[in-house]
Amino acid sequence: MNLVAAVVVAVFYLLHQDVWFWREARPLVFGFLPIALFYHAAYTAGCALLLWLMVRIAWPGHLDPSGHE
Amino acid sequence: MIQAAVVFAYLAIALYIGIFAFRSSRGRADAEDYFLAGRSLGPAVFLLSLFGANMTAFSILGASGHAFANGIITFGLMASSSALVIPLSLLVIGTRLWALGRRHGFITPVQMFRDRWECGHIGTVIFAVQAVLLVPYIIIAVMGGGTTLAAVSGGAIPFWLGGAIVSLVVMGYVFFGGMRGTAWVNTLQTVLFLLFGTIAVVVIGAGMGGFSAAMESLASSAATAPLLTRERFAPLYFFSYTFIPLSSIAFPHIGIFCLTAQRLGHFRKTVIIYPIAMLAIWLPSVFLGLAANAAHDVPAIESKLEARAELASGGAALAPVERDRLRVQAGGDDVILRLVDGYAPVWLAAILGACVMAAVMASDSQILALSTMFTEDVFAFYGGKARFGQAVQVTTGRVFVVLITIVAYAIAMRMPQSIFDIATQYAFAGYSALSPLLVAAIFWKGSTKWGALASTVWTAAAVAAVAVIQQSIPSPPPGSAVTVWSAFGADIITRAPQGALVLGFLPVVPMTILSALLMWVVSLMTARARPNAATMARYF
Repeated sequence: MNLVAAVVVAVFYLLHQDVWFWREARPLVFGFLPIALFYHAAYTAGCALLLWLMVRIAWPGHLDPSGHE
Repeated sequence: MIQAAVVFAYLAIALYIGIFAFRSSRGRADAEDYFLAGRSLGPAVFLLSLFGANMTAFSILGASGHAFANGIITFGLMASSSALVIPLSLLVIGTRLWALGRRHGFITPVQMFRDRWECGHIGTVIFAVQAVLLVPYIIIAVMGGGTTLAAVSGGAIPFWLGGAIVSLVVMGYVFFGGMRGTAWVNTLQTVLFLLFGTIAVVVIGAGMGGFSAAMESLASSAATAPLLTRERFAPLYFFSYTFIPLSSIAFPHIGIFCLTAQRLGHFRKTVIIYPIAMLAIWLPSVFLGLAANAAHDVPAIESKLEARAELASGGAALAPVERDRLRVQAGGDDVILRLVDGYAPVWLAAILGACVMAAVMASDSQILALSTMFTEDVFAFYGGKARFGQAVQVTTGRVFVVLITIVAYAIAMRMPQSIFDIATQYAFAGYSALSPLLVAAIFWKGSTKWGALASTVWTAAAVAAVAVIQQSIPSPPPGSAVTVWSAFGADIITRAPQGALVLGFLPVVPMTILSALLMWVVSLMTARARPNAATMARYF
C-alpha cells in the first residue's frame, strides 16, 4: 500500500511541472482565467483529493497511544 | 480614516484575546501550558491556527505583489506546490512529531534532536541556526504591518510607525497569551483572511467592470501579455520552487504547533482541507495582483506601472540610485490594498484592510516559537529551570518575546527588498536545507549527531554566502544577470534580478541536496557515534 501511495505522490509531483502550458495564455477559462493559472488551481483542488486518499490508505493510526485511532 | 479606525479596532480585539487567554490560564503557570497550550487544542482551532501560522504577510501582500510584477507564475511557484508538499509533510512527519512529543514530553524540535542523537552542544548549534533563520520571517511581518497601516491610513501613519504599532500588538498578545492566545488569534485571523479573498474578488471585479476586459487588455499588449504565461522564466527556476515548501515542517513554529493537538485524529481534517484553504487564499491574491496591471484608473497603481516601464526602457543606462528609486516606486507589496482602496466602498475597504492586517500579523507563532526555543533549548537545558523554577522560565520566555520583537523591528526598518524575496531567499531556503535533519532523526536509524552538525553548519554557511552575494552585488537590470563564478566555460553562480542562482536553480536546490548528502555521508563516516540501543528503541 505504501508503494502505491508513493507512486501516486510522485505522479502528482510530476504533474506540477506543466511545461505544456508554459507559453499559453489562452483559452481564458470562464473568460478571465489564463489556462495555466486554471490548471494550477485545479491541481491544488486535486491535492485535496489526493490527501483524502492518503489519509484513507496511509494513516499512521498506530502512533496514537490512547487508542482513539 | 474609517479604514484605519477599523484596522485599529481589529488590533485591539487581537490584543484583548491575548489578555483573555492570559486570564483563562491563571493557576496553570507551567511551561507546557504557556508554550503548548497544555497540548489541548481541539480540531477546529488546531486546523485554523496551524494553517494561519503558515500564512503570513507573504501570502497576501507578498503573493499579490509578486504576481503584479511576474504574473501567473506566482501561484505555481508557491501555492500549488505547497498544497501538495506541506500537508504531505504534516501527514508523514507532523504526526510522528506529535507522537514523540506526547511520549517523551518534548516541547521543541531541538529537544528531540538532543535526545535522539544523544548530544548537548550540537543541539545548541542547531538552535542558534534555527533562531537566526527564523528572524527574516518575523521581519516580513513587521514590514507587512508598516505597509498595511501606511496604505489604509492614506500615508498618515508612516511605515516606521505602522511597523512599530503592529509589532507592539503582536508582542502584547504573545507576551500575555502564550500559545493559547496565539492559537486563538490565529484562528480569528485565518477565518478573516479566508473571507478576504472571495469578498475582494467580487468587489474589485465589479469595480473594474469585470475581469474579462482586464485580461483581454493584458493579453493584447506586448508588454503585459507575458504576465499571463511563464515565458519569461526558465523551467529550472520553476522546478526549484518545489523545494521551498519542505521548509514548512522544518520551521520550529510548525513543529511546535504539531505538538499542540489534543489528539492524533486532529491531523486528518488539517491534512485534507489544507490545499483547499491554500486555494481560497492564494488564487484571489495572485489573480488580483495580476489584474492590478490593468487598473490604470487607480493613480497609485498607475504610478507603479509608469516606474516599471521606465525601468524597462532605461535598462542598464540608469544610474544605480535611480534604478533603486524606480524599483521602490514599482514595488507591488501594497498593490492589493491599492486595489481595495480604488474600487471598494469605504466601509468594505475598511473590513478588507483588517483582513489583510490579520494575515500580516501571523508572525506571532514565530515569535512565540523563538521564545519557546530559547527558554527550553538554552535556559532550561543549561540549568535555568532546575535552579529558578518554571515561573522564572515562563518570565524569561516573555522577556525574550520583547527582545526578539525589538530586534526584528530594527532590521525591518533597514530592509530594502520585497517581502517575497526576503522570505524565499533566507527563511524558506534555510529551513528547506534543514529539513533532512528532521527526516533523518525520525526515519533513519543510521543518522548521527555529526551528520546533523554537518548539515546544520552547511546550511548556515550557504545562507550566509547567498546573503553576501546579494548584498555585495547590486541587482542587475531586468532580463540580465551578473556572473559571480564560472568554471569549465559554464556560469555556476549568477546574480539575477530575483536573487542569486546556482546553475539556473534557486540556491535552495543545491542547499537542500547537499545538506541531505552531508547528513548521509557524515553519518556513515561516524557510525560509531550512533546512540545506544535504549535510545534507539524509543524511536524505532
